[in-house]
Order: sequence, then C-alpha cells, then structure tokens
Amino acid sequence: MSDATGTTIDLEKWEIVVGLEVHAELSTRTKLFSSAINQFGGEPNTNIDPLTLGLPGSLPVLNEQAVELAIRVGLALNCTVQPNEFSRKNYFYPDLPKDYQISQFDRPIDDEGHLELPDGTVIGVERAHLEEDTGKSTHVGGGGRIHDAGHSTIDYNRAGVPLLEIVGKPDIRSADQAKAYVSELRSILMAVGASDGKMEEGSMRVDCNVSVRPRGTTELGTRCEVKNVNSLRSLGRAIEYEAVRQVDMISAGERVQQQTRHWNEDDGRTHKLRSKEEADDYRFFPEPDLVEVDPGEEWIERVRAALPVLPAARRHRLSEASGVDLAKTAIVVERGLDELCLAAIDAGADPVRTLTHAEHNLSDERSLDLDPGAFASLVTMETGGDLTATQAKQVLAEMVSSGGSPADIARAKGFEAMDNSELEGIVDDLIAGSPDEWQRFLEGDTKVMGFFVGQVMKATRGQADGKVVTKLLNSRR
Amino acid sequence: MTSKPGTYPTAIDIAVSVRSGERTASEVLEDHLARIGSSDAEIHAFNHVMVDEARSTAEAVDSAVEAGENPGPLAGVPVALKDNMCTRAVPTTCSSRILEGWKPPYDATVVQRLGVAGAVVIGKTNMDEFAMGSSTENSAFGPTRNPRDTSRVPGGSSGGSAAAVAAGFVPISLGSDTGGSIRQPAALCGVVGVKPTYGAVSRLGLIAFASSLDQIGPFANTVADAAVLLEVIAGHDPGDSTSIDEPFAELSPHLDDGVVGTRIGLITEMMGEGIDADVAARTREAADALEAAGATVEEVSIPAVTYGLSAYYLVAPAEASSNLARYDGVRYGNRVEGNTTDEMMFATRTQGFGDEVKRRIMLGAYALSAGYYDAFYGKALKVRTLIRADFQVAYEKFDVLLSPTSPSTAFPFGDKTSDPMAMYLNDVCTIPTNLAGHPAISVPFGAGDDGLPIGVQVLAPPRGEQQMFTTAAVLESAAPGDAE
Repeated sequence: MSDATGTTIDLEKWEIVVGLEVHAELSTRTKLFSSAINQFGGEPNTNIDPLTLGLPGSLPVLNEQAVELAIRVGLALNCTVQPNEFSRKNYFYPDLPKDYQISQFDRPIDDEGHLELPDGTVIGVERAHLEEDTGKSTHVGGGGRIHDAGHSTIDYNRAGVPLLEIVGKPDIRSADQAKAYVSELRSILMAVGASDGKMEEGSMRVDCNVSVRPRGTTELGTRCEVKNVNSLRSLGRAIEYEAVRQVDMISAGERVQQQTRHWNEDDGRTHKLRSKEEADDYRFFPEPDLVEVDPGEEWIERVRAALPVLPAARRHRLSEASGVDLAKTAIVVERGLDELCLAAIDAGADPVRTLTHAEHNLSDERSLDLDPGAFASLVTMETGGDLTATQAKQVLAEMVSSGGSPADIARAKGFEAMDNSELEGIVDDLIAGSPDEWQRFLEGDTKVMGFFVGQVMKATRGQADGKVVTKLLNSRR
Repeated sequence: MTSKPGTYPTAIDIAVSVRSGERTASEVLEDHLARIGSSDAEIHAFNHVMVDEARSTAEAVDSAVEAGENPGPLAGVPVALKDNMCTRAVPTTCSSRILEGWKPPYDATVVQRLGVAGAVVIGKTNMDEFAMGSSTENSAFGPTRNPRDTSRVPGGSSGGSAAAVAAGFVPISLGSDTGGSIRQPAALCGVVGVKPTYGAVSRLGLIAFASSLDQIGPFANTVADAAVLLEVIAGHDPGDSTSIDEPFAELSPHLDDGVVGTRIGLITEMMGEGIDADVAARTREAADALEAAGATVEEVSIPAVTYGLSAYYLVAPAEASSNLARYDGVRYGNRVEGNTTDEMMFATRTQGFGDEVKRRIMLGAYALSAGYYDAFYGKALKVRTLIRADFQVAYEKFDVLLSPTSPSTAFPFGDKTSDPMAMYLNDVCTIPTNLAGHPAISVPFGAGDDGLPIGVQVLAPPRGEQQMFTTAAVLESAAPGDAE
C-alpha cells in the first residue's frame, strides 16, 4: 500500500490497527435537551432557545425521541441497552455554550455490541452514548484556525443537537475495511431511521485511532487520533497516510507519540493538534440537572419488535435464497433491491440472472418500483431463450423508465423470438452459400464461427439468439 | 435603626383584604414602596426595585377583583425575589459584576406561579455573589444590613430577602438555600425561613450555584405566611428534571394540628462544641416547649453530620466550578476584551468574579481533577450517602428533628471576612439537610444575650413538610416575647 505521497509500507511486515469513533446526529425533531428545532442549515442562530445558549437558569430536559433512536441503534448493533446516566465534560470553548458538554461517561446507554461487514467480518462496538453537539465556529482571517483568526463568528443552531457517539473496537485492519465499516454503520443508522447519514452535512463525523504493529504481534502500538475526516475517501487516505508515517518513524528508530492529529485534505497529510500531555482534563462528574435513565424491558422490547430487517440479515437472506456469494449481495441490499429480487426468485426467476440484473442493470432509483412478477417474467423469458441478454437488458430498462409488461415491450420493440425451424433454414442457406468458409470451419478454424453468427444476425436483423445459432452451426458439422 | 417583626400586616391578611375589596393591591403596593423608599438606602435589601412592573401588576390584580374574579391566594401581596431568580426583562445579577445589566428573556417557574397566585413582585434582593457566603458581604454591590441591628450582617446568602421581610419592605420573599442560605439569614434577622425537600420547588430559572443542593424557599414573618407561599410555588414542573412528580403536601389546613404524640429528636452533634451557649439554651427551651405541648423529646445522635461541612465544601464548589463556567464573556453578561479568545475569557472572569467565587471555583475544579476525583469528590458523595442513611435511621424513631439554625446570633460586619473557615462554620447545622435533600425550617425562638434573634430549626424526612410546619407553628406560638 502507499499513502498520498507515494511512500509505501510492507504489509507483510506491518499490520495496521484502526478503531473508529463515529458521531452520528440523530434525526430528532428537537434538540437533545430542549425544544429548539434540530435542523441542518437555516439562518445562523435561529434554532436556539435559552438552553441552547446556556443562559443562566436554563435546565436540560431529556428528549425521549433521542433515547428511542439510541435504543434502536443499540439493538441494531447487538448492544446491551442499559440504565444510563449523563455526566458533564468540562472545557472552555466559545462554541460550547455552557462551557461543559452533557455527555455519557461511566454508564452509556448502549454497551458492547458488534456489526458485520458485507464480507462477513465482525467488528466489535465498545459502546454508544448520547451527547449534545457544539455550535459551529467560523474563524475569519488568518489560516481559518482560531489562533490566528482576525475574528470569529459562532452559529449555535447545531449546539444541543443530539449525537450518538459509536465507539468501535480496534478490530479494523485496513483503510478499505474502515471505509466498509463506516458504510455499514451508515446503512444501519439509516435503516433504523436514526440518522440521515449525510457525511457532507456533518450528520456523520468520524475520528479514527490509528496504530501500527509488526505483523504477528498482538500488543497494540501507540495510537494517534485523527480528526477532521469528512468523507469516506479522506478516511481511507488519512489512515493510509498515518500508517505510513508511523511505520516510517518506527523504522527510523523513533517512537510514535500519542497525539491528536488533524487531517488536511489539501496537502493529504495529518498534522499534530496536541500531545497526550496537552490534553484537557475534562473533570467529568455526574450531571446533577438530570436523573438516571432506565429505559426498562418493556420499552426496549417494543423497540426491538419494531426494528426493520437490518442490512447484514438481508444480505444473508438474499445469499441463501439465491445461492449467490454473500459479498456479492451487498450492492443489491445497499440499493434496497433485495425484496424485489427475493420476490422475483420466489416467482420462479433464475436467482443468478436475477441478481446479475439487479447488480448491473438496476442502478436507477426507479428500479425500486419494479413489479416483482414482471421482473420475474423478464428473467424467465431470457433464460427460456425468448430474449437475448442484450434484448433483456433493453426491455428491463424500458420497464424501469416507463413501466409495462416485458412481453408487451419486447413485442413493441420487435424482439419476437425466432422460431428455430426458421433459423435452421437461414443457417442451412448460409452454409450452402459460403462453401469455403464452411470448409475452414469444418477443419477447425473457430474464428470463422464469428463470421457465420454475424451473417445470421444480419439476416435476422439481430433477432436471433447467438447461443442458439452457435448450437445449430455445431450440429451441422 | 432597629425594627421588630410582626408589626406589619401578614401576607394572608393582605390577600384577604384585597380579595374582599377592602384595600386595593395598588394601595398595598404604595405602602410598601414607601417603606422601601424611606429605609432601603440604609438596609440595602434590594438590588433593584421594580416600581413600574409592580404597579402594573397591582393594577391588573385590582382589575381582576373589580371584575369579580379571584386573583389567587396571594392577591396583591408584595413579594421580593433573591436576585438569582430570572425575571423577564428585569435585571438579574446574582450580585455579581459579571451579570450586571443582564436581563433574562424569561421568568423562572416560581415567578410564573407567583403571578398566577396574584402576587406582586416588587424587586430583586441583594445576596452573596452567586449565593456563596453567609453574610451577604460578598455582594459586588455592597452588603445588606440587618434590620434588627444595622451594625450587623443579615446572614446569607439570601440576606436581602431576609432583611426585606424583617424590615417590613415585603411580607414575604423568596430565597435559595444551598447550604443554609435561607435558614441562617432567617435566624439572624428573626424571621421564618424554609428550605423545602429537594425537588419540591422547580429550579427552572434559578441561576445555579450547586445544582444538586439548590432549593428555592420562602421567608415570612409567620409560619402561616410561609406555608401559603410554599404551597403556591411548590409542585411538579416538567421543565426541571429533578422536580418531584407528585402533588405537594397540604400545609395550611394542618398548622393547628398540634404536636401531641409527635416524636421529636434533638440532634446531639448540633448542641455541643461550636454552638454559642445562648443559642443552645434557647434550643433546649424550644424542646421543652414542644414537650409541654404534648410531644416526646429525646436526644439523638446522627454521627455522619459531623462530616457534612467537609463534604459540602467539595460537592458545592465542584458543581459551582462547572455551573459558573458559562460566564465567559462570549454570549451575555460583561465582557473584558483581550487579544485572543482565551485572553478575553480569562480577563472577563478575573474581573467579573469576586474573591469568594474564585476561591470556590478553584476548590471545585481541583476536587474534580484527574487523579483527585476519588479522593475528594468521590469521597464526598459517599459521605452524602452516609448522611442520608444516618438520617433515615433517626427518622425510624422520630417524626421530626430539632437543632439550632445558626451557631450564633448576627455578627458584626467584617467579623469573619478574613477567615473563610470561620464563615463556613456558620452553616454547620444547616448543611446536612441540603446534602440529604431533606426539608427544614427555621423559626424565631427568643433572643441571645446580645438581644438579637435566635432561630430554631425543625428538620423533617423527605416530603415531610406537613408535620414540619405543624411543629413550627407550635414553636412559633410558644416562642418567648420579642427580643428586647
């Protein structure tokens, strides 16, 4: 592998270890502790109220919808949903209105779970906890960082928006796996309606902890936490850059220092923000303005019963129904086409052809509206020889864009299946009219096959099935 | 100047006369404004008198009476609020430079409930800055004088609210009690002061000092007035997550129930060392009076209360260090400019806070810091549990407990300002109830050798206000003649 600067590390000698912390904004109507609206965008400082601004005398009241979404995510990630409490994380920063963040520390709502990647790899989840988001600072002038800015503006619309911080275990072993983890997590969050998953709007933010170690060893290396990773692409690049940097350091006889580092998209490097020693002492203590939250079995079971079938289970279901490899079902499930495929297979369509169409010919969003029976008929027409692969693809495209039955569309396009006896006559006429070519074919020149197939196609204006023509030619040998 | 309590009309009398049309709320208000006008320059009970707002409230009450409506149990009763309760569009300062001039965009829940009850909020009273202190000398706007002896402190931190009642500026007022801040000034000013069960009164709109201890409560010249005021402000508020979701006790109908058969425990640990002899003597006389009224009185030891002060001075500053972090000059309040954001915050807080506030922020931040949490804050929480457990044992044998409110009568200005520990010891009898979350009331009971008022404290188990008030009413009627 190599990083952005082209440096490479030897993956036979080194192993990359990654643990991800994903902050997901929950799609609640209001903020985590107040009735101010939770909405992205909007004029600065319009979705605010006394608590959002940390005004004296304001008090937090927990948003039940946020708890419900946290329970959904917890169950979807196979976590134990437990009685939990909030703590204060104290630090001074202008975009933190109370100069403390209400978060969960000792007792998070979701404890110990896992998620399964499309290839079947299982990644551990340590915990998921609720906390409030901060406002957004914009530093004007200087380098866009607070220290050399001319002045700063703060928008508190985001302050108090509910976040679920999902802390993954250091089970990830490559940049690609990290990307797969985030994609999978995003699918789960969206499936349970917890988040819109928009990384570009900051609905999902990823911090990655990266360390390296000699392959074959089990002890974890010293990690660096990389912040400001705003897309899947930069996540991959940041991990690769950071791994190379650390291997280079170790190879040069240096020690990796535990640091928080900032990913810079422009230069493709990570830069030191602060060392472990410079880290804030957050002086956590139990939030006295809130009481313990005990969701209780009844609530948890009600949420569990209402959960949709999750991506991993859908992949397994489709793989089992189709006999197609698990990893190949991922894209179909991601597009939400698994129900369609299952119904089509159920209606007798060939499973492999069904999935092949879903993977290659159904990227259009309108595919979700396809009638499963019609889709099954199309696949059966193709496997039954009534349509060629090319024709089937065209008919399917028409079905997606304007609806209609495959038989009607095929007829309208003139894709009538050739009668074999008619085709036999054409083939025999062709053999008779091309004795030299036929002789070469008989002598084993397989390239001449193409000539014959092409001539038949020309004579039938493309209506003949190539496979049938080949079969006929071989039978005349 | 000296004045005596009990010579002004009570809140109940005022409400009755206003409701009956005998007097108008506006007349009542003008009487009180006149007293404030003539004497508050000396007492300095108020940071801000809401003349215009109070006049329009009184007019509204009068219109309601004229229209034949019932304006509520506190119809036309002037009420003063400690200056840490948010009042919409009216300065709310916590007696701190850092909030000078700040006007909240909303009313605290207690202010809303006073409005519904027909009360007329007349002003905001002086206090120790952010409620940190026991003498009101820590106000950034100068101290309040004790109306019983203006050379002495009124106690604190709700000194302004206690003095306002003692001086007849208002019949009732609200204070907040985190470690004794209602009961101690009530004792020193010779009025009734109540710290309700934690969660009985909404804290929404109360500017936090120590959230797990803070509780709003009434001051009054009589137990009956305090009962009516508490009934008005208590009760569940969905806006405060720590508010008790149960109906609050009925107090007024039970004030004359008497104490026949009531089991009363006199707390041994609060009768010995550190308590002035005259204070202990009056407390014993109070116990005798209750016994004479039919109660049984025994001494009871509650060993854990001796750790109360130490635990309190970890828990309260720790929470304060976090609660007061928001005063950073970024969003509201006073800002002192600096070259960078950090410098601005630093300068704002350095100049905006007084010494006692800074002392407690530092104490609290230290108690919570990495590596010290278990030894300090963690241990204090354990003491809290222990105190609660010891009280629980006592309440298996006793209905209510009895102790002095404050170790001494009102002390002269400057007496304890140079020795924080001596000042902190003022709250040794009141702090344990805050740590336990229990209710307690201070009732005037005679005078000390110096002729100044002494308060006796009745403590009750959580939500035990009814029996606490009944006991207090008996004490009130048995109290020796006014101090001379």
